[in-house]
Amino acid sequence: MNVWIEKQKYLIDFTLASLARRKAKNLGLLLVYSLIVFLLASVMLFTHALRQAANELLAGAPEIVLQRMVAGRHDLIPPGYLERIARLRGVLEKQGRLWGYYYDPVVKANYTFMVADDRLLAPGTLVVGAGLARTRGVAPGNLISFRAYSGKLFTFSIADILPAKSELVSADLVLLGEADFRAFFDIPPGHYTDITLRVANPLEVRNIASKLAQQFPDSRPILREEILRTYDSIFSWREGIVLALATLALLAFAILAWEKASGLSADERREIGILKAIGWDTGDVLRMKFWEGAMLSLSAFLLGYLAAYLHVFHFSASLLAPVLKGWAVLYPRFELSPVIDGLQVTTLFFFTVFPYAAATLVPIWRAAISDPDAVMRG
Amino acid sequence: MIELRQIHKTFNAGRENEFHALTGIDLQLPAECVTALRGPSGSGKTTLLSIIGCLARPTSGRVRLLERDISGLPERFLTEVRRRTFGFVFQQFNLISGLSASENVMLPAYPLGGDRQALQARAEQLLAGLRLAHRRTTRVELLSGGEQQRVAIARALINEPPVIIADEPTANLDTALAMEFMAIIEELAGTGRTVLLSSHDPLLVESSLVKRVVDMRDGRIVHPAVPAGAGR
Amino acid sequence: MIFQPAILALLLSSLLCIGLLLAAAPYAIDLIRHWDLASGSERQLLRERRTYLLSTLLAFVFATQLVALALFVFNADRMASLFVGAMCAVGTLQANAFGFPALLAQILVFFLAAVWLVINHVDTQAPDYPLLRIKYVLLLCLLPFLLAAGVLQWRFFLALRADVITSCCGSLFSDATPGVTAELAAAPPLPTLLAFYLSLALATGCALLHRRGPRAGHLVALLSAVAFAVTMAAVLAFISLYVYEHPHHHCPFCILKPDYSYQGYALYVPLFVGTAAGLGVGAVQAFARVPSLQSIIPGVAGRLAGLAAAMFIAVAVVALLIIINSRLLLIDN
Repeated sequence: MNVWIEKQKYLIDFTLASLARRKAKNLGLLLVYSLIVFLLASVMLFTHALRQAANELLAGAPEIVLQRMVAGRHDLIPPGYLERIARLRGVLEKQGRLWGYYYDPVVKANYTFMVADDRLLAPGTLVVGAGLARTRGVAPGNLISFRAYSGKLFTFSIADILPAKSELVSADLVLLGEADFRAFFDIPPGHYTDITLRVANPLEVRNIASKLAQQFPDSRPILREEILRTYDSIFSWREGIVLALATLALLAFAILAWEKASGLSADERREIGILKAIGWDTGDVLRMKFWEGAMLSLSAFLLGYLAAYLHVFHFSASLLAPVLKGWAVLYPRFELSPVIDGLQVTTLFFFTVFPYAAATLVPIWRAAISDPDAVMRG
Repeated sequence: MIELRQIHKTFNAGRENEFHALTGIDLQLPAECVTALRGPSGSGKTTLLSIIGCLARPTSGRVRLLERDISGLPERFLTEVRRRTFGFVFQQFNLISGLSASENVMLPAYPLGGDRQALQARAEQLLAGLRLAHRRTTRVELLSGGEQQRVAIARALINEPPVIIADEPTANLDTALAMEFMAIIEELAGTGRTVLLSSHDPLLVESSLVKRVVDMRDGRIVHPAVPAGAGR
Repeated sequence: MIFQPAILALLLSSLLCIGLLLAAAPYAIDLIRHWDLASGSERQLLRERRTYLLSTLLAFVFATQLVALALFVFNADRMASLFVGAMCAVGTLQANAFGFPALLAQILVFFLAAVWLVINHVDTQAPDYPLLRIKYVLLLCLLPFLLAAGVLQWRFFLALRADVITSCCGSLFSDATPGVTAELAAAPPLPTLLAFYLSLALATGCALLHRRGPRAGHLVALLSAVAFAVTMAAVLAFISLYVYEHPHHHCPFCILKPDYSYQGYALYVPLFVGTAAGLGVGAVQAFARVPSLQSIIPGVAGRLAGLAAAMFIAVAVVALLIIINSRLLLIDN
């Protein structure tokens, strides 16, 4: 065992020296390799972080949302519904919500108006999302006016701005008091946009949902887990598409690796010939080349992953965001919390090291079987 | 020590450029003797050396080394035999440039995985014995021709082989350096090593150092040499 | 089919492994038909050199299978969120009929490749390569297994649809569902515990005995395989319960999760290594009578047996630690 370890140490030593001796060639390969890792790792880290962010935000969301449908379109919940739900067993908490969209012609953007359920807002005051505050250029204490759909102008004062942390879903949010909301949108008392339900036992959620569907045939229950699942598959799907495209890049990379490995310079060929002539076995050369590949892969992997980490979490994935974020729920400028995931690292490893190893297998073998007496024949 | 029976070596068999490098070589090499293969280039000297040195396998025929038949051994085991038995000095010294003299010397011992400090000490001792102690950390491409060959000799000795094989060792040396090489070989032969040379340099082949000359032409041995002194 | 990076990686790797082995098959056949060590012809030399390529290839396939196995389970666990009712890998694997067969096929390929590498190692130690033909016939036999594993995996992923209602591990391993897995989970803890330690002790003892002197090699392999099966049953029946500290959570995969501080790896890694080594001991016994291997096999088998014994002891210790450190009490005095 000791001899084996010593031998590997010698081989690694030699490999390091030989890598250093061919800096230009190896640096080139390392660079391309790292770039591939960087690209794939950026995609994976970014989508994973998005998924994580969505998960965290939805973690606090209610288990069920009940919406009333009229002619297949979302409509207001009429009075009485809330009371009827009370008779369902297993429902821990129910609440009518009020929210709606508002188009702001000043900045040509849609805002989400919502009645705050966790804070009391004095009449005439608002809390706005960080994104909105930025585009409208307002700070706490400022006044802001909106012209309601009824044509009346409403002026509010900004009480607070939502923390930037939740900007993924709150960029366009406007929170206001119930009375203000009803006045602004002309919604009569007793009517709600939808109803949220909290369920004590997660196993009961589906039962309650089916009971709701029975009891209110004109309404549809939306489950949190369904939303989560949808997010999950959409993000994974996007990631998969990008990766599938990246497979082309991988293929190109594999061809490059093959090329580099089979197009050994005359110098390298001679070197392997010498090693074999002075007593190295084909297996020793193969092991030496294995260490070479392992070191190259590991450095490229670490370099690429590190660069991707910095790119995604410190530079907000500026290169990728337009491709991966482009759908309506998401808004620019939010800090992703760094997440490193074992599955992801393993997958990435598979995507990069595996093709490299497979592509260099045969060329390395070809080099290793050169005749030991070749150096004598000159 | 080494016994060859009916050795044939054919390159590109069955193809148009088929070439018989060796045809029916019978040869015995006694231990502790300096033998030279002499012949024009293309006579098969180098091919014969590489078969004796386990660098290549004969197309047919038997090779016995220390009473052991090694003709049917796969490459992996031939390599093992070679490492233990032979040290090579090549015509083009075949050092690996970019590595220091002592690193070059240690290379053949790497696959054996011995203790590093002992190995280093042995390499330095060998280099010192060949008056290269001051050059041991110098990269080999910066050494002179003579120094390079001495590094190659040290490398050949690192695994302490009983047999030294040198292919045209003086071809790239001037007379003074050739004399120096012969002195080193004399010394090695004095320590009980078997030496096998190939050369067509009269300075070397006809010197008192060489105890036995085998003449070769067209892949055959001409007028089979009588073993000098010791028989089988 | 669900389009996901890990799935792509798994399919890509299995495709490549199959492709590589298929490409190697003609060489293997050539070796089987024309190998002649006595010949010094250039063709024979080339064949000899190809053996290096094929061994390297198999080592590569083996390493890939190892990582793929981990990735497969890992990914199944992660995808559970896509399936209604699935809470961990079991739910995902239950999503269609190919999940568990694919996993089992992959484990099988792993062990077969390990055994092949052991045989290859022994063979290359003898100067006449006595097992060369057998070895490459075995290599060809490995191919259908690899293919089957690949196809099962492909079918599994292809048939996966998000939102399929599946049973989670809770219902799969609950006593109500009939079937093998349920019976295992329902096995009473105390007898299973005894069987678990007995099988490990037998396998370890036999391996240690074999290490002392070359005997009962096949028994080592048999007992290792039994120890593997019993340990898996024990994981289902009680070890997992101790990890989760929950009397009805029998899942063999959740113990790999960070929530349970990756205790599963401490259990599974020695178990797989030990079983592979034990199987290797048995595999080389078949060739113990080959003249040129007579001096080689006892050494190799001895080392493998030692490894197997050490690994089984590790499994036993890890299981013991899990039980001691758990707040769950399954077995009353």
